[in-house]
Amino acid sequence: MAQGTEGTLAGATYNDRVVRQFALMTIVWGVVGMSVGVLLAAQLIWPALNFDVPWLTYSRLRPLHTNAVIFAFGGSALFASSYYIVQRTCHVRLISDKLAGFTFWGWQLVILLAAITLPLGITSGKEYAELEWPIDILIAIVWVVYAIVFLGTLAIRRVKHIYVANWFFAAFIITVAILHIVNSAEIPVTLTKSYSVYAGTVDAMVQWWYGHNAVGFFLTAGFLGMMYYFVPKQAGRPVYSYRLSVVHFWSLISIYMWAGPHHLHYTTLPDWAQSLGMVFSLMLLAPSWGGMINGIMTLSGAWHKLRTDPILKFLIVSLSFYGMSTFEGPMMSIKTVNALSHYTDWTIGHVHSGALGWVAMVTVGSLYVLIPRLYGRTSMWSTRLIDWHFWTTTIGIVLYITAMWIAGVMQGLMWRATNADGTLTYTFVEALQATHPFYIVRLCGGALVLAGMFLMIYNVRRTLQERGPVIDQPVMAPA
Amino acid sequence: MTPGLSAFIIILTTLNVVGAVWLMLSMRRRRGDEPGPGAETTGHVWDGDLGEYNNPLPRWWLWLFFISVAFAIGYLVLYPGMGNYAGRLGWTSINQHEAQQRASEAQAQQIMARFTGKSVAQLRDDPAARVVGRNLFANNCAVCHGSDAHGNPGFPNLTDQDWLYGGAPEQLEATIAGGRAGVMIPWQDALGASGVENVLAYVLTLSGRSVPAGDVATGKQLFAANCAACHGEDAHGNQALGAPNLTDHTWLYGGSVDAVRASIAGGRQGQMPAQLERLGPQRVKLLAAYVLSLGAGGGSGAAAP
Repeated sequence: MAQGTEGTLAGATYNDRVVRQFALMTIVWGVVGMSVGVLLAAQLIWPALNFDVPWLTYSRLRPLHTNAVIFAFGGSALFASSYYIVQRTCHVRLISDKLAGFTFWGWQLVILLAAITLPLGITSGKEYAELEWPIDILIAIVWVVYAIVFLGTLAIRRVKHIYVANWFFAAFIITVAILHIVNSAEIPVTLTKSYSVYAGTVDAMVQWWYGHNAVGFFLTAGFLGMMYYFVPKQAGRPVYSYRLSVVHFWSLISIYMWAGPHHLHYTTLPDWAQSLGMVFSLMLLAPSWGGMINGIMTLSGAWHKLRTDPILKFLIVSLSFYGMSTFEGPMMSIKTVNALSHYTDWTIGHVHSGALGWVAMVTVGSLYVLIPRLYGRTSMWSTRLIDWHFWTTTIGIVLYITAMWIAGVMQGLMWRATNADGTLTYTFVEALQATHPFYIVRLCGGALVLAGMFLMIYNVRRTLQERGPVIDQPVMAPA
Repeated sequence: MTPGLSAFIIILTTLNVVGAVWLMLSMRRRRGDEPGPGAETTGHVWDGDLGEYNNPLPRWWLWLFFISVAFAIGYLVLYPGMGNYAGRLGWTSINQHEAQQRASEAQAQQIMARFTGKSVAQLRDDPAARVVGRNLFANNCAVCHGSDAHGNPGFPNLTDQDWLYGGAPEQLEATIAGGRAGVMIPWQDALGASGVENVLAYVLTLSGRSVPAGDVATGKQLFAANCAACHGEDAHGNQALGAPNLTDHTWLYGGSVDAVRASIAGGRQGQMPAQLERLGPQRVKLLAAYVLSLGAGGGSGAAAP
C-alpha cells in the first residue's frame, strides 16, 4: 500500500466509531452497575429499601449488579480497548465494520435483556451465568462474531510479530467462548426457563470451572491486554520484559484452568479434585504476579511521572490491587484458610479488591487515555478532576475491602465457635448483628467509588463538548 | 474412578506442571543470539512507540514459582489428588469430618453425664442445665421461635403461660421429641364468603371485640356446628388437639381482622418438626427444662440469650 502523509497509510483509517460507542457505554454501565451495588449495600443495612417491591429485592438485584459490572461495564471496556488496540498494534483497520457494529448492538441487546429479565426473577440460577437460554444463545452468537472480528484483524496485520496485549485478548476471547457454551448447555422447558444438562456435583464443578475461569480470562487476561497497551503508552516506556510476558502468559492460561474446585472445598466434590484445585491455585501466584511485575517495572525510569499524571496513578494502583488480590486468592484457596473464609464477607472483599481495585481502575485509567484521542483532543477537559476521581476511588476501595476483611474474619470465627456442650456459641443473627457497622463502612466506600464515577461523567461531558474533529484516525505505517 | 480416568488426570497434571517449569527454566537466561540487557529492546515496534525490553526473569519471582511447585508436589504426595492415588497420610475429608464430630460429641458427653437420670423439673432448677438448654435452644429452636423465644406469626410465644399442647414438663417433652402438626382445614368452600364473615364476627366477640360486618348470631350457630368440635363449645380450645383458645388475646397467626379471616377461610398448617432423632432423649429433656424455665411458672429468671 502506498505511503500517506506523515507515516500513515494512504486512504486507510482505523474503525474508531465502534471504539467510541463501546467506550461511552462503558461509563454508562459502570455508573448503572455501581449504583445498583450501592443500593444493595444499603439494603443489607436497611432491608426496607426494597420497598416490598419484588423487582427491587436483594435476590434479584444482586445478579443484576454482578452482570452489569462484569459483563456490561467490564465487557464494554474490553470490546472498546481490544478493538482500539488490535488496530493500532496490527496497523490495520478492523476486518469488518459491519460485524464490529453487530457486536456493539448485539452486546447492548444482551445487557438490555439482562436488565429486564433479572429483576423479573427470570434466572437459570447459575452464578455469573444467570441469563436464560435465549439470551445465552445471543451471547454465543455475539461472542463468535467478536472472535471473528478480533482474530480476523490479527490475521490481516501488517506487522510480523503479534503484540503481547493481543495474546491476552485472543486467549480471553477464545476461552470465554468455550466457558460460556459449555457451562450454558441447558435444556429449555419454556421461553424463560431451562435446566442445566449437568446434575448435582458435576453441575457445581462445571459451574465453578466456568466461574473461576471467567475471573481468570474475562477479568484477568482481558484486562492484562488493556494494561499491556496503556501502561507503556502512558509511561512512554517499552514493556519491561518480553520473556517475562511469554512465560507468565503461558503459565497463567494453563494453570488457571485447574483452579475452579477451590470454590467447592469441603463439599461433595471428590477430595482429589479439591486438592488439585488448591495446589494449582497456589502455583498460580507467580504467573499472576508476572503481569504485575511487567506493568510496574515498565515505569522504572519514569516514576517521576506519577507526581503529575493521575492517569498513571490509576494504572499503577490498579496493578498494585491486582498483585494484592492475586496473592489473596491463592491464600484463600488453601483448605484451612478457606474453612474460615468461605461463605463470609471476606470473599466479597476479595472480589471487590479485584473488581474495583484492578478491573475498574485499569479501565478508568485507560478510558482517560482513550477518550481524548477518540474525540480529537490531546487530553481530558480537567486533569484535576481525574486526580479527584483517583483519590475518591482509592479511598473508597480501601474502606470497602478493609471493612469486608474484618467482617469476614469475624463472621468465620463466630460461625465456627462452639461451646463445650457441642452447641454453636453464636446464632446466625448474632453474627449478622456484629457485621452491621462494617456494612455501613462498606456502603460509604462503595458510595465514594460511585461518586468518583460521577466526576468522570462530568469530565467526559465537558471533554465531548469541547471536542476536536471526530474522525477515524489514519492507519499508521508499520515501523 | 476408572484406571483410565485416573491415569488421564495424573498425566495431564504432570504435563502441565512440568511444562510450566520447563518454560521458566528455558527462558530464565538470555540466549546468545538475543539482544543484550538494559536499554536495548527486542527491536519490534508497534503503533509508533510501543517496544519491549528483554530483561531477564526476576530471580525472586522464579523462586516464588518453584517453591509453589515444590509445595504442590509435596501436597500431592501426602494428600489425595493424583487420580486414584490416596496420598501417604490416608486423609479424606469425610474422615476428618467424622473425627471432629466424634471428638466434639465425646467432650459434650462429659457435660451431659451430669444430667442423666434427672427429671425435667429437676433440670429446670439446675442453672448449668439451663445454660446447655439455652445453647440448644439458640441452635435448634431460635430460627422459628426467635432468640428471645417470643415467637413469630405461626410460631408460638414460649414465654407466656398459654400452651397449645399443654405446659406440663412431660407435655413439653413430648412436643419437642415428637413434634406437632397443628392443622385447621379451610372453611371458605363449606361456609361461603358470608358464612366466613359471620363466624369471624362471632369469634371476635369471644375476646370482647366486634366487627362492623357479619351477623354474630348466625356466626354462633355456624361455630357450634363446625368449629366447636375442636375449639370446644365455649371456644376455650383443646390441648389434646392443639386447638387454640379463642377467648384470650393470644393469636398464633395474628389477631388482626384480616389475619383471623384468613385463618378461617384458608385454614392453617402448623408444623413443629420432631427433635428426638436429631438430638437424642437427653438433649430433648434439657430443651424442655429450658422452655419450662421461660414461663412465669418457672420463676428461675433464666433469660433468653
